[in-house]
Amino acid sequence: MKKIYPGLVGVTLALFALAPVLVARAPFESTMGLIQKIFYYHVPSAMMLFISACVCGIASLVFLFTRRPGADRLAGAAGELTVLFGLIVLVTGPIWARGAWGVWWQWDARLTSSLLLWMIFVAYLLVRRYGGPGADKLSAALAVFGMANVPFVYVSVNYWRTLHPNTNVVMTLSPEMRGPFWFCVAMFGLLYVTLLVLRTRLAEQRARVEALYVAFDDENP
Amino acid sequence: MRQRVWTALMLLGSAVAAAAQPAPSPGEFVPASSLPPVETFPAAPMVIVAYGVVWAAVLAFVWYIWRRLQQVERDIDDLERRARGR
Repeated sequence: MKKIYPGLVGVTLALFALAPVLVARAPFESTMGLIQKIFYYHVPSAMMLFISACVCGIASLVFLFTRRPGADRLAGAAGELTVLFGLIVLVTGPIWARGAWGVWWQWDARLTSSLLLWMIFVAYLLVRRYGGPGADKLSAALAVFGMANVPFVYVSVNYWRTLHPNTNVVMTLSPEMRGPFWFCVAMFGLLYVTLLVLRTRLAEQRARVEALYVAFDDENP
Repeated sequence: MRQRVWTALMLLGSAVAAAAQPAPSPGEFVPASSLPPVETFPAAPMVIVAYGVVWAAVLAFVWYIWRRLQQVERDIDDLERRARGR
């Protein structure tokens, strides 16, 4: 397993180096021009936000029903990545909005629900860190609640009138834009898997060290 | 009576026709540089900032993992020292 890490990191870095070239070669969008190029990082980040929230929620469900520590560690790693990718979405989105709409922020359904989703997972990490005894179960329930929000955030642009483009945009991309976009999706997917594997592995090592400390102190009081 | 109705209709029609006329042509050409300033934003710096934010966030997270990994390694060294000292 250890041999996989350098390969994963190397391929991810190579894709990140190649992505700006492909994005630069993609055609300009007719009404937004250059600022639309943010789309190639913003949307894949949002996809990873949704995937990560679901991974965290499912792992938390498994933990709630089975009490497996491994599921809790996976949920914790996915929770941190949900906050990371949520932060990327919530920063790149307003920059794009300022250039395209003339405003940094609109309190519409998509933007507000995305912010709420991110805040739920920030709360999840805070409860995990500072919740005290029983925080593992409480935070797991919070993660399940956060996961349940994902479908509402996704379809919000189709049911409420909003400035945000709806979900059909990705499926109707021109072939010149489709290639770079799906390349960026693959790149962010690989980045997500790499970071999730590394973060989960770190949590496992931390747990092993703590178990060794406890065993050592029990043998040498 | 009929004449009054016709007169009213004519006046109404004239008003509608006058309103439908195109705007009078300008008596002079106005250079674009003389138009009132419109709020514009250079797109390139904003795109660079957006991409930079992504890189910075990912690198910050990798640095955070690396720091915690170093802490785990220090703890393992500490445990080894303790085990040798027994």
